[in-house]
Amino acid sequence: MKSGSNPQRVSMSPPLLEVEGLTKHFPVTIALFPRRQIGWVKAVDGIDFAVDPGETLGVIGESGCGKTTTSKLILLQEGPTSGAIRFDGEDIAGLAGPELMRYRREVQVVFQDPYSSLSPRMRVGEIIAEPLQIHTDLSRAAQQERVAEVLDLVGLRPEVAALFPHEFSGGQRQRIAIARALVTNTRLIVLDEPVSALDVSIRAQIMNQLEELQARLGVSYIFIGHDLATVAHISHRIAVMYLGQIVEMADSLELCEKPLHPYTQALFTAALPAHPDDKREKLTISGEVPSALSPPSGCRFHPRCPKAMSRCAVDAPERKEVAPGHSVACHLY
Amino acid sequence: MQPLLEVTNLETHYVSFGGARVIKAVDHVSFTLNEGETLGIVGESGCGKTTTCLSIVGLLPPAARIVGGRIEFAGKDLAQLSQSEMRRVRGAQIAMILQDPMVSLNPLFSIYTQVAEPAYYHRSIRGRSLRQRVRQLLDAVRIPSPAQRMREYPHQMSGGMRQRIVGAIALAGGPRLIVADEPTTNLDVTIQAQYLDLLKELQQETGVAVIFVTHNLGIVARMCDKLAVMYAGKIVEAGAVRDLFNSPQHPYTKGLLGSMPKLGSKEKLFAIPGQPPDLASLPSGCAFHPRCTEAMPRCSIEEPGEIRVQSAKGLDVAAAVGS
Amino acid sequence: MVSLSPQTSAAAAAIGRPPIAWLSQFRGLPLLPLAILVPFVLIAVFADYIAPYDPTEPVAGMKIFIPPAWMQGGDIRVLLGTDFQGRDVLSRLIFGARVSLIVGVMGTVVAGGIGTALGILAGYLGGWADLVIMRLTDAWLALPALVFAIFLATMVGPSMWNIIIILGLVYWTRYARVIRGEVLSLREREFVKLAEIAGASSTRVIRRHILPNVLNSAMVLASLTIGVVIIAEASLSFLGVGVPPPEPAWGSMLADGRSMLMVGAWWLTVLPGLCIMMVVLATQLLGDWLRIRLDPQLRNL
Repeated sequence: MKSGSNPQRVSMSPPLLEVEGLTKHFPVTIALFPRRQIGWVKAVDGIDFAVDPGETLGVIGESGCGKTTTSKLILLQEGPTSGAIRFDGEDIAGLAGPELMRYRREVQVVFQDPYSSLSPRMRVGEIIAEPLQIHTDLSRAAQQERVAEVLDLVGLRPEVAALFPHEFSGGQRQRIAIARALVTNTRLIVLDEPVSALDVSIRAQIMNQLEELQARLGVSYIFIGHDLATVAHISHRIAVMYLGQIVEMADSLELCEKPLHPYTQALFTAALPAHPDDKREKLTISGEVPSALSPPSGCRFHPRCPKAMSRCAVDAPERKEVAPGHSVACHLY
Repeated sequence: MQPLLEVTNLETHYVSFGGARVIKAVDHVSFTLNEGETLGIVGESGCGKTTTCLSIVGLLPPAARIVGGRIEFAGKDLAQLSQSEMRRVRGAQIAMILQDPMVSLNPLFSIYTQVAEPAYYHRSIRGRSLRQRVRQLLDAVRIPSPAQRMREYPHQMSGGMRQRIVGAIALAGGPRLIVADEPTTNLDVTIQAQYLDLLKELQQETGVAVIFVTHNLGIVARMCDKLAVMYAGKIVEAGAVRDLFNSPQHPYTKGLLGSMPKLGSKEKLFAIPGQPPDLASLPSGCAFHPRCTEAMPRCSIEEPGEIRVQSAKGLDVAAAVGS
Repeated sequence: MVSLSPQTSAAAAAIGRPPIAWLSQFRGLPLLPLAILVPFVLIAVFADYIAPYDPTEPVAGMKIFIPPAWMQGGDIRVLLGTDFQGRDVLSRLIFGARVSLIVGVMGTVVAGGIGTALGILAGYLGGWADLVIMRLTDAWLALPALVFAIFLATMVGPSMWNIIIILGLVYWTRYARVIRGEVLSLREREFVKLAEIAGASSTRVIRRHILPNVLNSAMVLASLTIGVVIIAEASLSFLGVGVPPPEPAWGSMLADGRSMLMVGAWWLTVLPGLCIMMVVLATQLLGDWLRIRLDPQLRNL
């Protein structure tokens, strides 16, 4: 597919990150001798999207939808089976040497669990300075200065650099993780459920902080989450994933107003109300997400879909644009 | 009518080794729950909501002790019962659903054994009727083909199904009260919705009362009749769910509601500043005052008493502001 | 808005669970093992000043097999008696402590060094490196340790430093296994992934993130290995392939005194045996204490 296959993008500037036909299949083996392969898990199966500079793309889906594998592919923790990820127009699969280091410097990640993502034996200052030590030859003093700068950006005092992670609460740790992700003038941060593990009152702090940082620094986010309200709040555009595929993609407000794909609609019905008087329809989908090892034929959602037609079981729908910037993979449209 | 559960001035403290440090995890908590009602207890980690529940079901860790107050359940004070008396109440009349179904189920026993156990012990059902009962229970929690499933083991089931099994175990003894501690936290969104719907239906069928412990106000909005908001071991506001959502009085409740992202709105979230306090060294006066946007000088000195708010009927608030 | 007080946030994190974790810092030092080990270490270090006689030469004017001073026929000048060559048993025990502790500690260091390095390589690199190292470990474990040590000792000839290297080569397998397991789980921790995503090289990840986090386990294992190594050294010396005579070693003292046990010269065997037992017991107790202190899994118990 050509770059024109990302019709969602409204802006004309070149995208920062472009994903095309990205596919990751994991072999499934049983531990016999010799090892026997019994199939493939199609964790990610041909997804396309693009992220513009300064934009937040939300990726939402339930467990097994492939959102975590997607983030691993972008972070070069896994190699794709096929398809391409382009950063600044360049395929990251071919990166080596200084180019690879540049990518490593400009793309960072914040994980869900702030207790596991900070090394317990390093001081906060060392943790934040690590990317600087890898990518720059700044003096110790210059490093400390930069660390103080990013600590200030995330609303922490410079003195905390001397402390160890266990002296902080979850929200503060997540701020430290964000500071570390920002320290090398990062251009894209993958936020992998960054607020799911935090207390309610702290979640809003971190979300506001992230939005503020984006407005100030122009950094792009890929925000991965499972809570519709949270993802919709922070994202400009949202990609809804189901069993390794993007089933719908739209501007976040448009998606909230007019969800088209039956799965997206089900997610909205399942979303918890903000008020006891919010009208709610009865959840129409039943059952659980099938195993990615043997996904259903045709449209992968059809066994759970309340609106399934006979062709859905045979014919896999292509994702097509139904309104400017709004695409959906469903035979209904 | 006599309420099913009446908790009065409950105090549960964690006492450190040698008594050097006392943490007041639950500090003068009172609430009532009627037959068939659902109470939501909301708060952040360390606010004492879980300890409150563990006090009710009598499963406190060794370091924790109920030091005051009454837990009157169906005319008995649970706080005074011995371990063995409590065992007879638990499972038969009060059941508990925990957050992680993986931990709640024993991987070595079949589904049948685990669901049958409370019915066997507490209702003395045996033999064929026990099998019948288990099948009914699995049916009730929407487990497909229960006759076959009850021979299986926990690892053969998905997370959503396991949590429904835990629900079946909770129902097996025919309880009058179920205490559910964040039962859907580990479930996917659509599975969570299915589970909540199921709980609601079961509650309507059996008339069991439910205490829902959660940090998620959305669950409260969907499930509960009454709500108690806890902060630093105390209930800071309590009342009917609708009243609390419509006109929250305590600044903490207002903050919690403001920090919930709303679908289709990009409005900046209201973030309560600061961190939840350390229960071992609480701020003076009102424990919330350092984070409160409406704090006054007296808030750091005086602990606010309980006030009944006049405007909305049946709403209890403990707040010094606006009084 | 951010509280800087360390106790505040640390304790806040501890509230959900019973506040027992912090108790460990009040738990006292391990008095019994220290009461045994500290004197032995001091004696080993200052053996030259403490020992009344040269341990390798007969005491001038003393008969052989003099019993300890408090027994009939004992002599106050040789407190614990003399051996078959008329050497002072006390002096030999004192210098023997030096041999035992040096071999115990250094053997453990060698074993720990080899095992930790291989364990980290196997765990972090995975794949072929893991396969080869772990099969090697399995094969090594299948060798009967002591027989293997005797074999090596007869090959290279007896000397204290040879014994240290041999015992290191025999006892590294435990480290390799435990450390590899730790590294396997550490490798999945998010802070290690973050370092990799930030572009850190394998050496950097191992040095900055893996090694500091396995050191605790290595320390615990080491404290438990010292005793084993001391016993192994004593066994080798007992069998005559250890520290060469006339250098005093507890194991060879046992061997020397063995034949005299029948005729009642118990002090020649019981005293070195007691020393071995006390030191090994103390190191094991210290190891248990360290494990509880340093192992995060056990610390909360």
